[in-house]
Amino acid sequence: MAVCIAVIAKENYPLYIRSTPTENKLKFHYMVHTSLDVVDEKISAMGKALVDQRELYLGLLYPTEDYKVYLSGQGVCQGGPTVARCTLGSDNLKPLRRKKKEMFRKLHNSYTDVMCNPFYNPGDRIQSSRAFDNMVTSMMIQVC
Amino acid sequence: MEGLTLSDAEQKYYSDLFSYCDIESTKKVVVNGRVLELFRAAQLPNDVVLQIMELCGATRLGYFGRSQFYIALKLVAVAQSGFPLRVESINTVKDLPLPRFVASKNEQESRHAASYSSDSENQGSYSGVIPPPPGRGQVKKGSVSHDTVQPRTSADAQEPASPVVSPQQSPPTSPHTWRKHSRHPSGGNSERPLAGPGPFWSPFGEAQSGSSAGDAVWSGHSPPPPQENWDQTTVRTVASATTAIEIRRQSSSYDDPWKITDEQRQYYVNQFKTIQPDLNGFIPGSAAKEFFTKSKLPILELSHIWELSDFDKDGALTLDEFCAAFHLVVARKNGYDLPEKLPESLMPKLIDLEDSADVGDQPGEVGYSGSPAEAPPSKSPSMPSLNQTWPELNQSSEQWETFSERSSSSQTLTQFDSNIAPADPDTAIVHPVPIRMTPSKIHMQEMELKRTGSDHTNPTSPLLVKPSDLSEENKINSSVKFASGNTVADGYSSSDSFTSDPEQIGSNVTRQRSHSGTSPDNTAPPPPPPRPQPSHSRSSSLDMNRTFTVTTGQQQAGVVAHPPAVPPRPQPSQAPGPAVHRPVDADGLITHTSTSPQQIPEQPNFADFSQFEVFAASNVNEEQDDEAEKHPEVLPAEKASDPASSLRVAKTDSKTEEKTAASAPANVSKGTTPLAPPPKPVRRRLKSEDELRPEVDEHTQKTGVLAAVLASQPSIPRSVGKDKKAIQASIRRNKETNTVLARLNSELQQQLKDVLEERISLEVQLEQLRPFSHL
Repeated sequence: MAVCIAVIAKENYPLYIRSTPTENKLKFHYMVHTSLDVVDEKISAMGKALVDQRELYLGLLYPTEDYKVYLSGQGVCQGGPTVARCTLGSDNLKPLRRKKKEMFRKLHNSYTDVMCNPFYNPGDRIQSSRAFDNMVTSMMIQVC
Repeated sequence: MEGLTLSDAEQKYYSDLFSYCDIESTKKVVVNGRVLELFRAAQLPNDVVLQIMELCGATRLGYFGRSQFYIALKLVAVAQSGFPLRVESINTVKDLPLPRFVASKNEQESRHAASYSSDSENQGSYSGVIPPPPGRGQVKKGSVSHDTVQPRTSADAQEPASPVVSPQQSPPTSPHTWRKHSRHPSGGNSERPLAGPGPFWSPFGEAQSGSSAGDAVWSGHSPPPPQENWDQTTVRTVASATTAIEIRRQSSSYDDPWKITDEQRQYYVNQFKTIQPDLNGFIPGSAAKEFFTKSKLPILELSHIWELSDFDKDGALTLDEFCAAFHLVVARKNGYDLPEKLPESLMPKLIDLEDSADVGDQPGEVGYSGSPAEAPPSKSPSMPSLNQTWPELNQSSEQWETFSERSSSSQTLTQFDSNIAPADPDTAIVHPVPIRMTPSKIHMQEMELKRTGSDHTNPTSPLLVKPSDLSEENKINSSVKFASGNTVADGYSSSDSFTSDPEQIGSNVTRQRSHSGTSPDNTAPPPPPPRPQPSHSRSSSLDMNRTFTVTTGQQQAGVVAHPPAVPPRPQPSQAPGPAVHRPVDADGLITHTSTSPQQIPEQPNFADFSQFEVFAASNVNEEQDDEAEKHPEVLPAEKASDPASSLRVAKTDSKTEEKTAASAPANVSKGTTPLAPPPKPVRRRLKSEDELRPEVDEHTQKTGVLAAVLASQPSIPRSVGKDKKAIQASIRRNKETNTVLARLNSELQQQLKDVLEERISLEVQLEQLRPFSHL
């Protein structure tokens, strides 16, 4: 179950960020922002060859423990306007990696759909796409 | 009141209504009854109707003249629009919609058109024209058209209510005479150039309540199938005068309610052609964007429309998609809310079916009728089923598509799967870890720890990384690297500093030893470094041999023979390890000293020991005490955890003692003490790989110094002067060596601290990663 889902543009501002209302949103904003550093670090560590890939599924970025809430950040970095997507998930100890990947795949597909929309200007906040919202909601509701 | 100004449409409409009411064809006066019916059909409360009649002057006159009739109609429109009934409102209210009468089914037409026809059709409806199948949304149309006053919420909401309401009003009130009239108008209707607006009304129950005669009449009059009637008699013809925009507005009401009429579709197709001549081709997203931006809808809604209509999510619109999008735009412009998901009728495939079914229905060209009747009911059962299956299929196919077409993502992601799936999450060493280019055993261990700890990390190209890791491992195995103890994890500067040291590659043995010594915990995954050769035991002598031979090349293996014996004395920096063994017995000492000098000659550094030995032998007795003293002094000092300082102290002590002891014993002790220390630095060197080199170097230096010193020492007895000089020189050298050793010691201490820190951090990381190992 994802507690917070964020889509971040190349310029390091969030195109879309949404979190479950139970937590303090600002905290998630911070965490998303800090996870960007981890993403950068991982990308740089991966080497040039991997950057050629259009997308990188970075997996677990950094585990933090906060009130028994394990935040796992997973970033997908894609070429073009580099967008890193981080999902902070509070998991019940063992979210399956497969499911997380499924989640990210869905997220990525939805994001692609949004991008395909000619009425969407890259760099805009993703507030127009109901499908994207629905997908995010489903990700946040479902329990991994 | 008299200054009533009517728009052209209104003019026409009113005149038609007047004609309609002008049963007797008087052209002047309208039958009250008819007018009353008309007013009632307007769905206004009776008092309002009365008010209208008063206002228009009919009550005054007692009849409805043309002007009165017109005024009344205008007032009806005013009332229906919700404005207060005032005389002035006739002219002041701008853009007044035409008055609507009874629920008409003309949803897709402009209000005036709908009401236009509704009037004449009202009669028919009252008489019970066969109502269209209610489910077909014709009801909806009617409801919408006459409920335009009401906010245009979803047509569905209005549908059930209004059609029920409207018919109720008219038929029950239809007086008996009315029916007769109805026949006339029916005839008149047919004669009308209006093309007899078909019975758009959905007088369900009322229709039946209507006289059967009326039914017969109407049924006779009404074009055969009501649907057709609606189709043909729709105000399409009337609406031909309307502009395309109006058409769009009219077409806001759909059959279910999203069905596209044929005219609409034709219009859409034409528009499509303007952008893309090939009907089977695509409209690119940019062109579509421009086109739909012209509709002046907000971008948000346009993007949502796009989302709905671009079914295959390819960023381009096929003809069907374009029609669906256009249809949605039209709907939105008419005030309909966009659906959450694409309505069934707008789904690409279904629209094709619609087309095929609708072909024979419409004579009209431009005007769209709201005639939902186009869809033959036979299609409806098929459509829902198709609708149901289509979205599922489409979605699933979409999914397949997305997985297959979005090659980049899918491929990469599937790569992940293929790479990770086989790996056991808990122990998989598949995932890459930031690779440290500086290889070292400990580093490899750390990397493996990381891998085991975090399965998720960097799964992107485990294959790529793994070979590199392997290569690294090979490198490590092949060439010894360095003080692995310092190359813990990431970015420990100490490790870097040591890695840069090229000399360290020299002695595998020492390094490995130290390696194992410093990181016992991390040696688990990789095989423990090969045991240093047995000669490597802590006995400093062997090490010294090695180091001396390797580094200096001067020193010989003479020291090797020392294991039990006291290592060559000449090096004051040497650890007292062997000294520990040595001092066990003073005799041993003596023998050591005796032997060491013997062995010393093998080494050039120790060559002087022979002299020393002679010297010592003479002074054994004396020396023994001294040595005993000094050894204990030295040994305990050396045994101290920080040998360097103690050694230094010991050395200084020894030196001082040596100084004080002006004779050979001093030298002997000096010699012994120097012997004591040597093992220790060597040992230390073993512990920390890095320092070995510098230690060795220093060691050799010291040994050289000591040797030199010692060399000079034996000459002491020969000549006091010489001794003094020698002593002084030796003192100097010892001091130098002391400083060097002190430096060495501090460095070693620092390294030790670093290593410990690294170890601690590693352990912490391990603990942190451990819970996530099964993520």
